[in-house]
Amino acid sequence: MIRHDLLIVGGGLAGLSAALSADPRLDVAVISKVHPIRSHSVAAQGGINAALANHPQGADDSCDRHAFDTIKGSDYLADQDAAALLCSRAIPTMYDLDHWGVPFSRFPEGTIAQRPFGGAGYPRTCYAADRTGQVLLHTLYEQAVRRNIVFYEEWLVTDIIVRDRKLAGLVAYDLAGGELIPLRAKAVIFATGGYGRVYQKSTNAYINLGSGIGMAYKAGIPLKDMEFVQFHPTSLLGKNILITEAARGEGGYLVNAKGRRFMEDYASKAMELAPRDIVARSIQTEIDKGNGFEGQYVHLDLRHLGREKILKRLPGIRDICLHFAGLDPIDRPIPILPAQHYSMGGIDVDATCASPLEGFFAAGECACVSVHGANRLGGNSLLEAIVFGQIAGESASAYLRSGPAEVAGDRETAEAARSLMSRMRAIHEREAGENVFQLLNRLKRLMSDTAGIFRDAPTLSRGLEELAELREAYRRVFIYGNCGRYCQEMVVLVEFEHMLEIAEVILLGALRREETRGSHFRTDFPKRDDAAWLKHTIITRSEKGPVITYRDLKAGPYAPQERIY
Amino acid sequence: MTFKILRFEPHRDEHPHFQFYRHEPKPHDSVLEALKDIRDQQDPSLAFRYSCREAVCGSCSLVINGRIALACRTQVSDLGSDEVVVEPLPNLEIQKDLIVDLKPFWEAYRRIEPFLQAPGETPEKGHRVEEKDLERVFQYITCILCACCYSACPVATRDGRYAGPAALAKLYRFSVDPRDGRPFSALERVDGPDGVWGCDTVFRCNDVCPKDVRPADGIEGLRRKIIAGKAKRIFGRKP
Repeated sequence: MIRHDLLIVGGGLAGLSAALSADPRLDVAVISKVHPIRSHSVAAQGGINAALANHPQGADDSCDRHAFDTIKGSDYLADQDAAALLCSRAIPTMYDLDHWGVPFSRFPEGTIAQRPFGGAGYPRTCYAADRTGQVLLHTLYEQAVRRNIVFYEEWLVTDIIVRDRKLAGLVAYDLAGGELIPLRAKAVIFATGGYGRVYQKSTNAYINLGSGIGMAYKAGIPLKDMEFVQFHPTSLLGKNILITEAARGEGGYLVNAKGRRFMEDYASKAMELAPRDIVARSIQTEIDKGNGFEGQYVHLDLRHLGREKILKRLPGIRDICLHFAGLDPIDRPIPILPAQHYSMGGIDVDATCASPLEGFFAAGECACVSVHGANRLGGNSLLEAIVFGQIAGESASAYLRSGPAEVAGDRETAEAARSLMSRMRAIHEREAGENVFQLLNRLKRLMSDTAGIFRDAPTLSRGLEELAELREAYRRVFIYGNCGRYCQEMVVLVEFEHMLEIAEVILLGALRREETRGSHFRTDFPKRDDAAWLKHTIITRSEKGPVITYRDLKAGPYAPQERIY
Repeated sequence: MTFKILRFEPHRDEHPHFQFYRHEPKPHDSVLEALKDIRDQQDPSLAFRYSCREAVCGSCSLVINGRIALACRTQVSDLGSDEVVVEPLPNLEIQKDLIVDLKPFWEAYRRIEPFLQAPGETPEKGHRVEEKDLERVFQYITCILCACCYSACPVATRDGRYAGPAALAKLYRFSVDPRDGRPFSALERVDGPDGVWGCDTVFRCNDVCPKDVRPADGIEGLRRKIIAGKAKRIFGRKP
């Protein structure tokens, strides 16, 4: 039986950050379904927020102002103490990252450069050209190599084993070995990322199926605020590859087919740099009104920035446009449209990253503290992944030092691994059945059609009905290949089961929340309703199905006000 | 169109073989999208790696119609051929179908100590570094560790001990970082035929790199640094 003190699931920014902050005397290992540097954090582009006040126009920026922007951006659903914690740890974190080797772009005086981003009162987004996620992920991985952290690469965690309401272990599918392996640990941190690929149009990596969130839910851990799904305003037409908010931060325009900078009609002051929920909705509205090109996209125009600025600040975007759209943004505008991008909701944890299940912690996109509330600001997700990754590492270490009682569970964990393998074999031995890849495509279409940018009760209800049919179809699933080594079919089959849960919780949360807040826009309830809905949605699994409760927000220093940008 | 894809399960097959699939990709489909569609619609047992589909994660390096490339960034229509031949990266052991064992690549990477060694604790207000002093670093940070260069390198092919282009370029990237404080002895570890002097300077690495890193520039830079460092040791100054 494989045993460690602490198992971290996920090798992206949150997982690596947790591994680096865990007590070095502990026996720590990281499990990742891909090599850590293939994790989706690598694709983040524009930057990471910290009120360093290095920008000439940001000299009087502060943690408090960063926290205020985050809370206002969240449409007041963020926990204000957690947002303040995030923003106060941002500054020392930036200096640590710099010391570990992150090649941040610089101002002439040698300080870390900062650029304007959406919904921020000051230019406070630190960056390395438009490859910020890549350099952050590589740097944290380098530090993990330096510390000789143990990795189980290309292992997919499939189950959380609970005994006596405490974490007992995990089961993982070792792709190269083709076996299901039981693992024991006294504490686990989930840093498994988002579920973008529950949607058809997503900026996310193909691997972002999000099963970690669904797995926690199945283990009895509640999910929080799952109805809040971020749609990024600017994804490349066709492939939905992210075109960073930094393109607008550097001065890019959004232009409709009539040649008009339409953001004037929606956010006359902030224009293109309004928060993402507002910009994405504005673009979709323009397209729906018939002001889009070919009825499906608008232009992101960078031409006026000039060749030099594009080459220096947005080289990655130019590469993406050249290779994936066959156009050069120096000469031509970029065709863009909104696409699913980020999950504000997730596994219900507090500001120490602890979940209600003893010994189980979560951080990063899979978790919901909540610091992003109903809408995350650009540049805050890399920050959250790193800061709350650290906090999770610290909290889990403190928990282990407190000497938690030994949980017996060898037998259960080993049995869970065996039973999943026999279930897979039984599925394989069927004569025929549903192809899981096709079921996945059906789920994606369903979610894009019924839980997109604009929502209403009839559509969400239809989504739930169709989801029940899909659940039925999944019972007839069939493995066409074999249950052996590198079986992506088995990976998707296991993950899909958890995705069904995620989809249900998103749809249900969205149907019940009869108001509009942040990313959650109900055309049948188009106003924010603070009297009734200033609270978190908490959904817990029971044998009879999902149980919905609500948790009031703790009062903070900032009273909700109208969001005008 | 015909997709001719190399299949191999070393635990079962004696030799790799090609399997043929008829598939009509959608306009603008990449080779990766075509592979996924073939797997989803025709053969769920087909194994290959993927993640970001936007040329930044480095998972899907393959040989496509004889050229080493990222499958996600190779558009089928650009191949200008009715037949697409897809094979795993050469010079690495096949684990299954298009998936190769990158262990030698990662071992070489680990050997060069691929992390910044900035002396002391984090400065209270951060490092002061001028952007021009980071220019040489910026060339190398676009490396996505996709192993295209390692796989294409004729020296790595014949000598498994050779560090290979990506690892050496990575070492150079750190050695020119103004924040780094590694001793000269760290460079001397690659002062031999399994290090910088192993390079044949045929520049296959530069040719195949999908991110224009030009790893051979890094190897050349390390050679100069090592010579200069030795000269300094002998003569007490740079020659």
